Amino acid sequence: MRKGSEPPGHGAPSPGGHRDSTLKIAIVDESPVRAAILEDGLREAGFTLVERIGETRNLLARVYALDPDVILIGLENPSRDVLEQMFQMSRAVKRPVAMFVDQSDSASIEAAVDAGVSAYIVDGLKKERITSILDLCISRFNSFARLQAELDKAKDALEDRKIIDRAKGVLMKARNCTEEEAYALLRKTAMNENKRIAEIAQSVLTAAEMFK
Amino acid sequence: MTHARLRIGFIPLVDATALLVAADLGFAKEQGLDIELVREVSWSNVRDKLNIGLFDAAHLLAPVAVASSLGIGHVRVPLITPFNLGINGNAITVSQRLFAGLAATADGDIADPIVSARALGRLVAERKKQSAEPLTFGMTFPFSHHNYQLRYWMAAAGIDPDEDVRLVVLPPPYMVDSLTSGHVDGFCVGAPWNSVAVDSGVGRILHFGCEIQARVTEKVFAVRQRWADDNPDTLAALIRALAAAANFVEDHANLAAVSEAVARRLDVAPEVVTRALTGNLKVSPDGTVRSDSRYIMIGRNGAARPDPVQAAWIYAQIVRWGQAPLRDDLRATVQAVFRPDLYDAALGACPPLGGGEPPDGIGAFAGPAFEAADIAGHLESWRIKRPGAPRLSLVR
Repeated sequence: MRKGSEPPGHGAPSPGGHRDSTLKIAIVDESPVRAAILEDGLREAGFTLVERIGETRNLLARVYALDPDVILIGLENPSRDVLEQMFQMSRAVKRPVAMFVDQSDSASIEAAVDAGVSAYIVDGLKKERITSILDLCISRFNSFARLQAELDKAKDALEDRKIIDRAKGVLMKARNCTEEEAYALLRKTAMNENKRIAEIAQSVLTAAEMFK
Repeated sequence: MTHARLRIGFIPLVDATALLVAADLGFAKEQGLDIELVREVSWSNVRDKLNIGLFDAAHLLAPVAVASSLGIGHVRVPLITPFNLGINGNAITVSQRLFAGLAATADGDIADPIVSARALGRLVAERKKQSAEPLTFGMTFPFSHHNYQLRYWMAAAGIDPDEDVRLVVLPPPYMVDSLTSGHVDGFCVGAPWNSVAVDSGVGRILHFGCEIQARVTEKVFAVRQRWADDNPDTLAALIRALAAAANFVEDHANLAAVSEAVARRLDVAPEVVTRALTGNLKVSPDGTVRSDSRYIMIGRNGAARPDPVQAAWIYAQIVRWGQAPLRDDLRATVQAVFRPDLYDAALGACPPLGGGEPPDGIGAFAGPAFEAADIAGHLESWRIKRPGAPRLSLVR
């Protein structure tokens, strides 16, 4: 070694300090929306080396090419079993281990399973760093699930609106009334029968179909 | 009588039949058990949810129960099995192209696994000479008989499965696609996926698993050892429910009802389930059918009773392929996974096996008879051996 040269790593933060920006994180997710939500969250938290793998064909080769420190994958993804093969490799690659390995933190493991995410992490990574990534994943996965639920609800509402509009049309024609009157009738019937307006509207449409 | 609510994980495969029938056709209820079945997409999920207690029990690859108890490749959680869900049930399927290649170089009846293995050996050597990409085979999990049976078959002809071919893990639902796209040249998987490949015209069933080994414990009903210790009555009730279901399944008069119940859980046509359960499988898109009553065994001939020889066999495969070292303490851990004592306590002694079972308990198509007491000697008899050090670390 040349005399006077600085020891490697000089000037860099001490080991275990804030070096998270150097952590390479791979997200394996077939849902591009959720992957984007997760990636944004990780970037905001200061992780800049984030890669997405959307296509699971040849997954292992893709993972090796990226050589990540952390791999995040949804529990609903059958390709989790493919990742298990990483532990079987004899060649000198970094060996990520499953997050479930550290059983001392069963609360966060259960929260992760609940949210539907699993992580594979290179052996020897400090626990605090894993926890912060995992916590972020859990909250992002949960907010994606909420988003999905809201979207489904909005879709249902739109569907309801269409049904109610069509039922109003049927009533207006049959009773020769105004739109307001038709709607008032639907609403009153729904209240009397303790049902949703959309349900009553659907029965109107069904009945109209039968009288055709 | 116990009254218990249980969450049990399973993968949609025909060898979950005893469990599905127990839960869906009233056998669990008769024992005061209320079973919620949870369908899973990966063995990793089943294992992890069982390990952390989200499942009380699970349909599991027998070698995974062993690996989990040893702590290889993963966290160590001692699991036990008091009940085998299925003996055999796998098949090796190859692409039309590979089949044609094998048939062209075969020096005998290709239905004989030693003939097909030698033919494969010649193809492998030829590809090497031409510096072509090695052939690739799919299997379901590193700790599985799918992996071990492919390796056993290849190694019998001197092929080193780690050097001469590529073995890749593939989720069963992706097998047929991967064969179609040429990502793999063949695979070993359970029912119904081999039949799906044949029906879609892309593959041919080359061998049933029972042609490689006549008797191996494919799937087990697994629980955590601690759970078993804490819930002995519930576990005994479960064993009785599963045994009643397994007997029902083996009665030919119930075939239609069983196929229908299983098909509902698997999302396939009942006829596909019937094919597997009766061992009458279409092996080629041209309609050729091969029949073997040993294709899958649910409750016949002591199939459901945990067998210490099977524990030793699985450990021998784990050691042979470098997944763990051969040590007396590990050997003892493996034996403790299989619990015929719990089976016998719940059901009374098992009747002696009928005829036709292999004398060494395994009945492999090649190599010496298996001596459960001498795993070292068994491994010594094979030409291909792994380098001394295991390539997996034990996770403590």
